[in-house]
Amino acid sequence: MSTNQAMVEKYRNNFLKEVEANVEEGEWVKMCMQCGVCSGSCPLGKFWDHPPQEIFMMIRAGKRDEVLTSSSMWMCTSCYNCIVRCPRELPITHIMHGLAHYAKRLGLVPQNQPTAKFAQLFWDNLMKKGRVNELKLGMALYFMNGFGEGVKVAMKNQKLGMNMMKTGRMNPMEILGGHAVKDLGGFHKVMKKAQELEDARIAKHGA
Amino acid sequence: MADEKKFAGYICTGCGIGERLDAKQLQSVMTREGKIANCKQHEMLCSAEGVKLIRDDIDAGNATHIVIAACSRRAKVEAFSFTDVAMSRANLREGVIWLRPEGDEHQETTQEMADDYIRMACAEVKFLKVPKPSGEQALNKTLLVVGGGVTGMTSALEAAKAGYPVHLAAEEGRLGGVWADLYKRVPFRAAALGVPNGRDVDLPQPEDPGIDAMIAEIEASPLITVHLNAKITRTSGAPGRFAADISTESGGTVTENFGAIVQATDFKPYDANQLPEFAYGKTPDVVTNFELEKLAKAANGGPLKRPSDGKEVKSVAFIQCAGQRSTKPGHLPYCSGFCCTESIKQAMYFKAQNPGCDTTVLFDDLRTPGAAGEDFYRSGQQAMVTFTKGKASEVVSAGGSLKVKFKDLILNEDTEMEADLVVLATGQVPHVGPDPYAQLAVDMAETEEEKAAARKKLEVAPPSILNLDYRQGTDLPQLKHGFVDSHFICFPYETRRTGIYAAGPVRRPMDMKQAIEDAVGATMKAIQAAENAARGSGAHPRVGDLSYPSFRKEGCTQCKRCTVECPFGAINEDEQRYPQFNESRCRRCGTCMGACPVRVISFENYSIDTVGQQIKAVDMPDEFSEKPRILALACENDAYPALDMAAMAGERLSPFARVVPVRCLGSVSLSWITDALNSGYDGIVLMGCRRDDDYQCHFVRGSAMAAERLSKVGDTLQQLNLEVERVQVFEVAITDIKRAAQLINDMAATVEKIGMSPFKF
Ligand code: SF4
Ligand code: SF4
Ligand code: SF4
Repeated sequence: MSTNQAMVEKYRNNFLKEVEANVEEGEWVKMCMQCGVCSGSCPLGKFWDHPPQEIFMMIRAGKRDEVLTSSSMWMCTSCYNCIVRCPRELPITHIMHGLAHYAKRLGLVPQNQPTAKFAQLFWDNLMKKGRVNELKLGMALYFMNGFGEGVKVAMKNQKLGMNMMKTGRMNPMEILGGHAVKDLGGFHKVMKKAQELEDARIAKHGA
Repeated sequence: MADEKKFAGYICTGCGIGERLDAKQLQSVMTREGKIANCKQHEMLCSAEGVKLIRDDIDAGNATHIVIAACSRRAKVEAFSFTDVAMSRANLREGVIWLRPEGDEHQETTQEMADDYIRMACAEVKFLKVPKPSGEQALNKTLLVVGGGVTGMTSALEAAKAGYPVHLAAEEGRLGGVWADLYKRVPFRAAALGVPNGRDVDLPQPEDPGIDAMIAEIEASPLITVHLNAKITRTSGAPGRFAADISTESGGTVTENFGAIVQATDFKPYDANQLPEFAYGKTPDVVTNFELEKLAKAANGGPLKRPSDGKEVKSVAFIQCAGQRSTKPGHLPYCSGFCCTESIKQAMYFKAQNPGCDTTVLFDDLRTPGAAGEDFYRSGQQAMVTFTKGKASEVVSAGGSLKVKFKDLILNEDTEMEADLVVLATGQVPHVGPDPYAQLAVDMAETEEEKAAARKKLEVAPPSILNLDYRQGTDLPQLKHGFVDSHFICFPYETRRTGIYAAGPVRRPMDMKQAIEDAVGATMKAIQAAENAARGSGAHPRVGDLSYPSFRKEGCTQCKRCTVECPFGAINEDEQRYPQFNESRCRRCGTCMGACPVRVISFENYSIDTVGQQIKAVDMPDEFSEKPRILALACENDAYPALDMAAMAGERLSPFARVVPVRCLGSVSLSWITDALNSGYDGIVLMGCRRDDDYQCHFVRGSAMAAERLSKVGDTLQQLNLEVERVQVFEVAITDIKRAAQLINDMAATVEKIGMSPFKF
């Protein structure tokens, strides 16, 4: 049974409880008073399928699939406008990230969601050497949507790349593996431990 | 020689008056034209020395009638408080120099303005008398509280605590009224101080309703006499000397005397039978919020059972605003203001008993008034009550369960949910007697349709609560939606029946906490009324005024205008059908005086003459002088202070205006207008308070009565062959600082356009 199915079984039509238990800061969702200030404050709100207020309402209305497969929370740019303004002091930004993370864990992220893709690229890049390889990340990003597209984007950003190199912000030699953090082994150990803790936490609440 | 009038005048030259005006000239106007020989100047009349100057004259028996020519009558009232003499005040500071620009070109007209105010004050003072108590007064400290609910009980307890004996009359067989069946009450206190808002700890929870404790306190109080199953079958008299017959079901009637009365009859729950769309009456599993309290009380902390089959309730839906905030016939158009917090509380009953119970509150706007309101909402959210912004359209009973159809207002979709039990958040209907003016409305209706509608209203009128034997009807007048009237902001407990105060949901919908606060306020007012009556002093807004209306019987034509127009029902009729004034019911508005066509009603300190003579005293330049005269009669509660404030704010006023304060626009006699037009005034501006539903009139109906009376002024103007624009009536609020002055200036402009009045003799 997939984690997703397990969760469906476990929280049978109480999505709010599922969110409370599994999503970072999820216990705040019930405290939203539906004023709409967050939706009105979000600079990207109009590009979202469901602005934050609606997401919270949908969680309470038990619209599990619609919420978790939504691209909305992936649209959050962490500008914190909503958090600052929410009269109920909900950590909205964090909840958005929490929801995105939970959807990812359950394998429900919409295919080709660009933010999700980028996040994955960033993560993979970071994990290799314990630091971000700007050149490789940039390249990977350019070619995210196929080779032809990648070349085009690369050409367009040529000047930017040159300037970064000039100022030492990017080293062309990094393409050959790139350098790592001082204690790469230690870094991996830290990450492993973190994963263990996270898994334990999930095991406690989830499947 | 106690009756000999001795006049004295005092001109202040301080505050710039001496620099801006020719004081010698003022003094000469006062002595020669005003005929007040004993006239003194002082450079700061309100100083201890200035006041002493006046006081010494009075004490030496040299002054019984004084004119103070200084600042506005609204300024320095403490310094110039000479209650043992008659006093008029010429407003030279706010009324003249502060409203007029400096400069030689303005000097002549500004001085003329000041001269006129001196003439007017001298004319007024000649007709003033020092008010003397009528001898009608009595101190009766006992209060009557009608209504045995939380409001009435609080009122009784508060009065007793202040040392005033109380009779508490309850319609029901036990105390508690509509609140008697509460299982718990909405908390009175917000989250403890120092609890950071965001952390949501220690939020207030439903608490013991406290009704039993209140009843015990009442029973233990030696000052409170409780009458159960009681009705007031007759109330007569006036503040200080009310007499009420209290009849009990067993047939006994006692008559008691009271100083003042508090009506705290609370509300009646809305009849949910008018909500068939929510299946009320079709299935016992749809209950009102009032009925749910009984269920909860019966369960007493155990699982709440649904009425149909006794099954434990596993899911419950609350429908907010059921039959409220809606214009549908039979619905209440207003928000009852207590049902949102009530539903939060009730939803928490279910959660406290069974956290797994599906508890949904369908709301449109969740309104949580009071200090604890918002915290309590969060408290409910924390208990995992689901709050869904949605509008319920229908409840159907199907297969042992209920289906609630609603529109989700956030997700904008029609949807439905299942529930074992549905609770309707129904509202409060004021528990009042019939509107005393309902009969009058039938008589006054112009068309047959209106008459029929008015008659219908009369037919469904509830039985009387107070049974007043007032000429104007048996109960407290109502304002909107059947609530007893009260001014929400400025004078909340005052009704149009002096000495009878309305407290609690009978005057507007409210929750228990507010009702308790209301009861405290109304009781204070009732105590004041009893004490004022004993002193012969007026109640709000002329507290301390010892004058009262008297009338010259020989002149009275028994037209009854006064008995009809008095906003406070103060005037009854005697056996010979003459008006019978009840001094302590009177609020001293003067509406009767303005109404009387034969001008026989007057006060010692306010009469047709005190104003009429001021109007006459103004110097009237001839038609070719290019100096028109504009008379402004301004309500002393709003328009006059607005003009004073305009002066302080540096607004400018036409030098041709002469402003006379009146107690209420309702006191304006048409004779003043006719006389003014006949003596050559070019324009008349009448400024009263806002009237009708959103009234600001301190005498509630005074301004409305005036408007009605003045609507006929056009005829007078036409008879005189004058342009109708010459007389205008305005509603002016105390905040209309710029506008008040502007309206008068506009009249000056109008006069300039249409020309001077030809009536200058
Ligand atoms: S601003 Fe806060 S309370 Fe308002 S809708 Fe957004 S999350 Fe809810
Ligand atoms: S002064 Fe006003 S309150 Fe008093 S009797 Fe006349 S109309 Fe009524
Ligand atoms: S209004 Fe004047 S004339 Fe008419 S009944 Fe009253 S006192 Fe008499």
